[in-house]
Amino acid sequence: MSVLVLAESSNGKFKKSSFEVTSYGKKVAEQLNTNLVVLTVNTTDNETLYKYGAEKVLNVSNEALTTFNAKTIANIVKQAVEKENVEVVILDSNANALYAAPLIAVNINAGYASNTVALPSSTTPFIVKRKAFSNKAFNNCEISTAIKVISLAKNSYGIFENEVSGTTESFTPELTSSNLTSESIEQTTGKVTIADADIVVSGGRGLKGPENWGMIEELASVLNAATACSKPVSDLGWRPHSEHVGQTGKPVASNLYIAIGISGAIQHLAGINSSKVKVVINTDAEAPFFKAADYGIIGDAFEVVPKLIEKLKKFKANNA
Amino acid sequence: MKILVCISNVPDTTSKINFVENDTKFDSNGVQYVINPYDEFALTRAMWFKEKQGASVTVISVGDASIEPTLRKALAIGADNAIRINTPATDGFTVAKELAEVIKNDTYNLILAGKESIDYNGGMVPGMIAGLLDYNFVNACVSLEIEGEKATIAREIDGGKEVLTCNLPLVIAGQKGLVEEKDLRIPNMRGIMMARKKPLTIIEPTTNDTATATTSFEKPTAKSACKLVDADNVDELINLLHNEAKVI
Repeated sequence: MSVLVLAESSNGKFKKSSFEVTSYGKKVAEQLNTNLVVLTVNTTDNETLYKYGAEKVLNVSNEALTTFNAKTIANIVKQAVEKENVEVVILDSNANALYAAPLIAVNINAGYASNTVALPSSTTPFIVKRKAFSNKAFNNCEISTAIKVISLAKNSYGIFENEVSGTTESFTPELTSSNLTSESIEQTTGKVTIADADIVVSGGRGLKGPENWGMIEELASVLNAATACSKPVSDLGWRPHSEHVGQTGKPVASNLYIAIGISGAIQHLAGINSSKVKVVINTDAEAPFFKAADYGIIGDAFEVVPKLIEKLKKFKANNA
Repeated sequence: MKILVCISNVPDTTSKINFVENDTKFDSNGVQYVINPYDEFALTRAMWFKEKQGASVTVISVGDASIEPTLRKALAIGADNAIRINTPATDGFTVAKELAEVIKNDTYNLILAGKESIDYNGGMVPGMIAGLLDYNFVNACVSLEIEGEKATIAREIDGGKEVLTCNLPLVIAGQKGLVEEKDLRIPNMRGIMMARKKPLTIIEPTTNDTATATTSFEKPTAKSACKLVDADNVDELINLLHNEAKVI
């Protein structure tokens, strides 16, 4: 028996989330007293994963897999599960993983728990804690099938070094054909995405208009953060919908979320609840966001944010 | 074109989330139930196809009789008929199996659903339906066009979007972008009256296998009060973020 982690990569390099799922997978393997196998696709720096506990890396190298196809990946995972006698499959919560996970679960007849936030509290029965009710609660979920699939919520476990002497094995699964064809990929270039960002700087209607977003972008730039916005801002067309954070927008699970001129409607808070530290800057001392935030400044964004940018630049220069 | 829209009956976004029976059951006392917001995008897109390109729209949900008002609301919005599978929706895999069984017996060209429900947030049912039926599937769908048998779909990826094409049948897990929020429909009086006469078929479940079960619920630990920093002292905020929270 073994635990299998699917480590995602982009242009041959592992995403940060791959190190988190590998760290998590190693601990699950220890709980089950078994070994950790990591499945990689078109990557060359597989030895990096040994540092996080990957005892065996199964590397698939095939040009046909340059573009992600969920069905193909699900079939590859199935073959890896059979080859390695896997009892738990672990994925991250990136868009591609969430796409493939239900297909994987069906392929191997496995119960699937998404949004997992902690190690299994028990392995017999197998129980994991997961986020539910749009981050307003957790449910402890028992998976009763022989094989289990888990997707780990971003930034919920952390990255831990656990060096092992691993091996990498070339894996050549049978590839299935699909009539679902990728025609084009539009990638926002040169910007930190909300999904990958450790810090997110978000603006609301308090900024009064799109022409005032320069300071949000500058603050984000100083902090190497992604920019985001509240729903009314995207509805008004001040910012693209892809930046809308909230219940029906993007969820944010960053280490730091800075909300500027956002009052904190319940739908917005549902989207950012998973962020570890929340800062709010708002003129209205009664804004609901102050109840959800860790740190707050009651003040005018147009006065506070430029000062914050200036001071952060000095701080960064001194702490470089 | 025959379209099936899968609907979840969920607590309204603003509901207080509480649990009873030693934190093993959701407390539905005083909770208003609604069509899952992500499913509303799917239903609205289905109505667009019905009105612009010609399609029949069936809505389906898994649950006991208490979910019928939600299905009637979907009928009032314009769906032609509704199906309720008479079993509690406790496990995503079981729900997907029940829905796949219906689809297998009465072929649909397009199956639309939201990318997740706002109660259990499982995000698994549409993909599992596709997996069980070996249909094409696109997750996190932000646009969908259909011409004849060919579908062109955009899905959200991390930091961008991908455009895909395929032939029907197809399962879509939709989100905002599939339609704009301003285009979501509210049932009017005529729709509500007509919905009363539209067929709502009840069918019995085919399986009682479950893959997952909730053993208990927990609420997040109460957070400490917000530390307020004077607007003239942003240095203090930087100090707290660096030394206390350790996030910069």
